[in-house]
Amino acid sequence: MQDRPFSDISFESYLNEEKLMGSRCSGCRTLYLPPRPICTACRGSQMRWEQVSGKGRLAAFTCISIAPPAMIAEGYNRHNPYISGVVELEEGTRVDARIEGIDPRKPEEIRIGMPLKVRFLHRGEHRTYLAFDPA
Amino acid sequence: MSGWDRQEGEREEMRMKKRRKLGRGVAVVGAGMSRFGMYKEKNSKDLFVEAFQEMTASVDKGFDPDDIDALYLGNFTNDFFIHQSHWGPIISDLVGLTPRPATRTEGACASSALAFREGVFAIASGFYDVVLVGGLEEMSKRTTEEVAEGLALATVPYEGQAGFTFPGVFGAVATAYFAKYGANREHLMNVTIKSHNNAPLNPKAQFPLTVRDMMNKKIEGARKKGQDVPGWADEKEFLSDLRANPVVAWPMHLYDCCPISDGASCMLLVAEEIARNFTDAPISVAGIGQGSGRGLHACEDLTFFEATRYAAQEAYGMSGLSPDDVQFAEVHDCFSIAEILHIEDLGFFQPGEGYKAVAEGMTRLDGSKPINTSGGLKCKGHPVGATGVSQLYEVWTQLRGRAGKRQVPAADLRVGAAHNLGGTGGTCTFTIFERR
Repeated sequence: MQDRPFSDISFESYLNEEKLMGSRCSGCRTLYLPPRPICTACRGSQMRWEQVSGKGRLAAFTCISIAPPAMIAEGYNRHNPYISGVVELEEGTRVDARIEGIDPRKPEEIRIGMPLKVRFLHRGEHRTYLAFDPA
Repeated sequence: MSGWDRQEGEREEMRMKKRRKLGRGVAVVGAGMSRFGMYKEKNSKDLFVEAFQEMTASVDKGFDPDDIDALYLGNFTNDFFIHQSHWGPIISDLVGLTPRPATRTEGACASSALAFREGVFAIASGFYDVVLVGGLEEMSKRTTEEVAEGLALATVPYEGQAGFTFPGVFGAVATAYFAKYGANREHLMNVTIKSHNNAPLNPKAQFPLTVRDMMNKKIEGARKKGQDVPGWADEKEFLSDLRANPVVAWPMHLYDCCPISDGASCMLLVAEEIARNFTDAPISVAGIGQGSGRGLHACEDLTFFEATRYAAQEAYGMSGLSPDDVQFAEVHDCFSIAEILHIEDLGFFQPGEGYKAVAEGMTRLDGSKPINTSGGLKCKGHPVGATGVSQLYEVWTQLRGRAGKRQVPAADLRVGAAHNLGGTGGTCTFTIFERR
């Protein structure tokens, strides 16, 4: 598994396997998630795969009522909103993800900083979306 | 300590090291824009002709379109919205410029600000003397959901997979800003109400109505139909009513979002040394800046746009002017929260103070720093590829004292600026104009 390229396609293939994988720079130890092939901190390109814990906190969110076609196809609409968010992982990096297990109709009750844990949403045979549930 | 504080020293150093300047001065001697709106009976070409004809008429001493050396044209998503790409030569032919070169620029909602910038460089290099720049977009022939999909082509890929739309991205930015600085939805309403107060004064605006006008229309409509008459006490009660102001991507409601629009804009740029051949009131390009930014997930702090701050530093550095010297500005208020972030990022107000400045009326037409005198994207409309040059049109018009009822009431109006943002902060520009 260590020889997969540090690409979006590899990141998604790991999601299919229910693994949240980033790349860590061997030179300056910066962690990237999704992975990057080039370290933008030190410009090094010696990367290693690293699995992260999947625990984090909510950094920002939105409850979306006007959905794009891909989300409409999943059954979301003006009457059935969903939550997208930015999650700060305990390793310090941030990811964009869907936020599940919280009522999107009560946004005032959602707190920035609330603890979350990863969930893998499988859609079709080879499509997995990154999501988080309240921890 | 904010990212701004941490990086300011570094940036200052960089700015001093690389103080940019043009090879020769560039001035704007003509400008035009179509009225923005939703048009069933007009296409991109029809709208560009309106802009071009107004621009031609605006050149005080007249000019021969044959003197135009080249065209730079911004367009974002006509490929997707109307299945037509390659707009440079289409417009070049439309206004009779072929076979002169025509180049399309794409930077999402900042596309025509990039066209403007390329035009400035082309003249500053000495290669051309007279350049036409502009932008266009035709969005209204698609459904709201399709427009959301088309615009979301300019999010970063991870955002789309997480379900983010453009309003969604700015909704998330708002929750981060609220949590850090203690602002709330009522502060966003102040931005909306302020912009709508300017809009009726702008004959080009898509929505030339105040929030109170719209509130009264709904009350009148209900009365005529014999329905229950809504009892809103004021604009904020109206904007808090989910039936009048439904959620798009919480906390972004309908009145926090710019509309879907069609429109076109253009400007005539010339070398400053020949500007007086065209007009006795040329407006000089004092500073231009552009930055690029990362996706949401890559930002440590979502309460500012790194690309805007970079663009601002570049433009201030080139011009030798400071935020205090800028007497008024157009900023990219695609969403209400965005206006608050921009007026902080551009240095008009300290980080975390922007929402208070709006609440205190400082950004009103009669305030100390008028922002979006045109009504902004929210009310003037936002045909994305046309927006950048239309913002510069407003600044140019104000500096020439021709803004009519929305004229900034300062005694000696000399410096104004425009900020344009593309995508989720991926491309930002800042341009400072000066009447010399």
